[in-house]
Amino acid sequence: MRQEIKSIGIDIGTSTTQLVFSRIVVENVAGSYNVPRVSIVEKEVIYRSKIYFTPLRSATEIDADAVKKIVKDEYAAAGMTPADLSTGAVIITGETARKQNANEVLAALSDFAGDFVVATAGPDLESVLAARGAGTDVISEEHRTAVANLDIGGGTTNIAIYQKGTLRGVCCLDIGGRLIKIVDGKISYIFHKTKKLAADHGISIEVGERADEAKLYKICCLMADELAKSLHLLPADDAHKALYTNDGAMLPQEPKLLAVTYSGGVADCIYNAEDADPFRYGDIGVLLGKAVRAQKELSGLTLYQAKETIRATVVGAGTHATDVSGSTIRYDKSYLPIKNIPVLKVSAVDEEDLNTFEEAIRSQLPMFRSEGKLEHVAIAFLGKKRTSFKEIQDLADVIIKGAKEVIESPYPLIVVVENDIGKVLGNALNVKLHNEKPVICIDRIHTSSGDYLDIGEPLVGGQVLPVVNKTLVFNT
Amino acid sequence: MEAKDLKAIIEQVLQEMNVSSDEKTTAAVAAAAEAAAPKAAASEGISLKIPKKGVELEPSVIEDGCLQDITEIDIRKQYLVENPVNGEAYAEQKMLAPCRLGIGKAGARYKTLPQLEFRAAHSAAQDAVFNDVDEEFVKDQGLFIVQTQCDSKDTYLTRPDLGRKLSPEAVETIKEKCKKNPTVQIYVADGLSSAAVAANIGDLLPAILQGLDSYKIDYGTPFFVKYGRVAVEDEICELTGADVVCTLIGERPGLITATSMSAYIAYKATVGMPEARRTVLSNIHSAGTVPAEAGAHIAEIIKIMLERKVSGTELKL
Repeated sequence: MRQEIKSIGIDIGTSTTQLVFSRIVVENVAGSYNVPRVSIVEKEVIYRSKIYFTPLRSATEIDADAVKKIVKDEYAAAGMTPADLSTGAVIITGETARKQNANEVLAALSDFAGDFVVATAGPDLESVLAARGAGTDVISEEHRTAVANLDIGGGTTNIAIYQKGTLRGVCCLDIGGRLIKIVDGKISYIFHKTKKLAADHGISIEVGERADEAKLYKICCLMADELAKSLHLLPADDAHKALYTNDGAMLPQEPKLLAVTYSGGVADCIYNAEDADPFRYGDIGVLLGKAVRAQKELSGLTLYQAKETIRATVVGAGTHATDVSGSTIRYDKSYLPIKNIPVLKVSAVDEEDLNTFEEAIRSQLPMFRSEGKLEHVAIAFLGKKRTSFKEIQDLADVIIKGAKEVIESPYPLIVVVENDIGKVLGNALNVKLHNEKPVICIDRIHTSSGDYLDIGEPLVGGQVLPVVNKTLVFNT
Repeated sequence: MEAKDLKAIIEQVLQEMNVSSDEKTTAAVAAAAEAAAPKAAASEGISLKIPKKGVELEPSVIEDGCLQDITEIDIRKQYLVENPVNGEAYAEQKMLAPCRLGIGKAGARYKTLPQLEFRAAHSAAQDAVFNDVDEEFVKDQGLFIVQTQCDSKDTYLTRPDLGRKLSPEAVETIKEKCKKNPTVQIYVADGLSSAAVAANIGDLLPAILQGLDSYKIDYGTPFFVKYGRVAVEDEICELTGADVVCTLIGERPGLITATSMSAYIAYKATVGMPEARRTVLSNIHSAGTVPAEAGAHIAEIIKIMLERKVSGTELKL
């Protein structure tokens, strides 16, 4: 059985706003005499919007109405309606995510853009989506190597490392093409961290002064050096560590990088050297591209062409945010879809022992209360070691004991396990709760503490549920 | 080839050629040994001892100790090719499936270890076919035992037709002990692998029953059929008056696993019905679909079958 769903991706970035529509095909790929294994077998972008400058009401506010109009017009141009869509992601990325009214914008768009469309942001997710949109995961898998994707946008550079197809690390720095803006040959805006970076190296720069190409190129070279430091190609100093967004952490030392891809608005200026006016976009993007291209350590890595450059993040959001659950699961359809379910993760250590397992659930539940009342929560764990029938009964017992508060609440009991035991565990929970409590027990979904999940309506004859895993909506 | 093996062969050849001079022999053997393993000898600083004629061989040494259990080796992780161009890439591919590839060779033949592993796997497969299921184990699972018209393993293997019919005693026992007209009748059969029954039933059967409980579907008294082939389920379905019959039966063992089990499920099975009316779920074992999760899935197949009132090729899952 095969089913096609349509997905939307909207990326409201620091500098540009874009939208794509994609087609996602899910199919049972297992043989006829086997337990079904439904996977995403095809992803294709079917419509790419124009690239708009993100409309701003003021320096810190997005113009929600103008964004909504862009989205509405693009729906019309693509011949789509919200009813055509099954899933998707709206992400407000980079510097913009820190703008005051991001929530208001997301709310306006979520209502407009269909029931399943979700609102997400956060630099870690953005790094992953950009890398997947750029095809870095596939490149690393095919070439059996470690590849970093540097998504250099207007306000930030989002980096994700893939090794042989597996994500190995993410980070986000305040380095981008629009951190210095130029109007009529004069500097109109300088981001404070960029100004400090220049000053640390004896370059003084002020708003209002003439845009000096040589001086700005020097600053861009400093930024390119910082990128090399972030990849551990140069030693990092304390000043470098201050460049991470929201006090974020550096990439892990391992794996050692061998190759690189570039995406984001600046990427085209890295892949293609041009001699036209360096300030034609009213910023330092072209110069930054030139500086990254010339940076000694970075050019020592093998350079692969990204599948998408300026559209990488939006394509990632449109095609890679959605996953499907395992194919043998247990759920109560009448409660779906459910959006924004926070994840209560039982750590691998707590999972070892049934007592600590129970306690880990019980002790964390109060954190998920909103105004004293418990709302939706997903209890997540690996479930690798308990696969026999007896062990699964024990597991069901401790979940029921630990999650007593959930069971007494009006919300369904949601369990998300990584190993393929979702259906048998779901059955055990159902029977032990005398079929009186709605249970949603899905498997083959990887989660971390602090994630939020959207669980959609069943696909492919009810065998799987689409799941969007969102990292923190706003990690402040 | 090991240097000492080569030496032995050359010595033997020279002997057969009747070369009598000690000097000649020594020279030839030394040259051959050096040609065979010059690096090993040089780097490890081993001086090759060349036995002189008339010197007695040292007696064999008997050691206490254990041999490695070769059936414990995960063949997906076993990569034995010497000096590969890209062993890492090959090893990664091997992890995807349990194949006997990349196991090196000795001349035109297998190396000793893969050869022994192959024979061990073959023996396990034969044992799975020829051994009987432990009756104590079956009783511990709460199952009573009945038999088909086969009176021995030999009859079972040579007369498939008899493995599809219940003995008269079995008919009586089932009539006496089983719940009449259940919605679902489940039973276990040894089929071609007794090892599969022992490995899976403890997890598989309760998972199916719990699944049926969760769907509020009632089921009959489960039991065990000795020397049972798949189609005996047709007679059992008629006999018990069940709407759906499901047999859990050991699969013909292969060289990768001897413990794989299948479920053959049919809606209102009748003796002589076409095979196409059976719905099959195969590959139930610890490295395939784990038995507990497979059991939960089987319960759902049964639920869907009862809703649609068809099975086999007519039932599109």
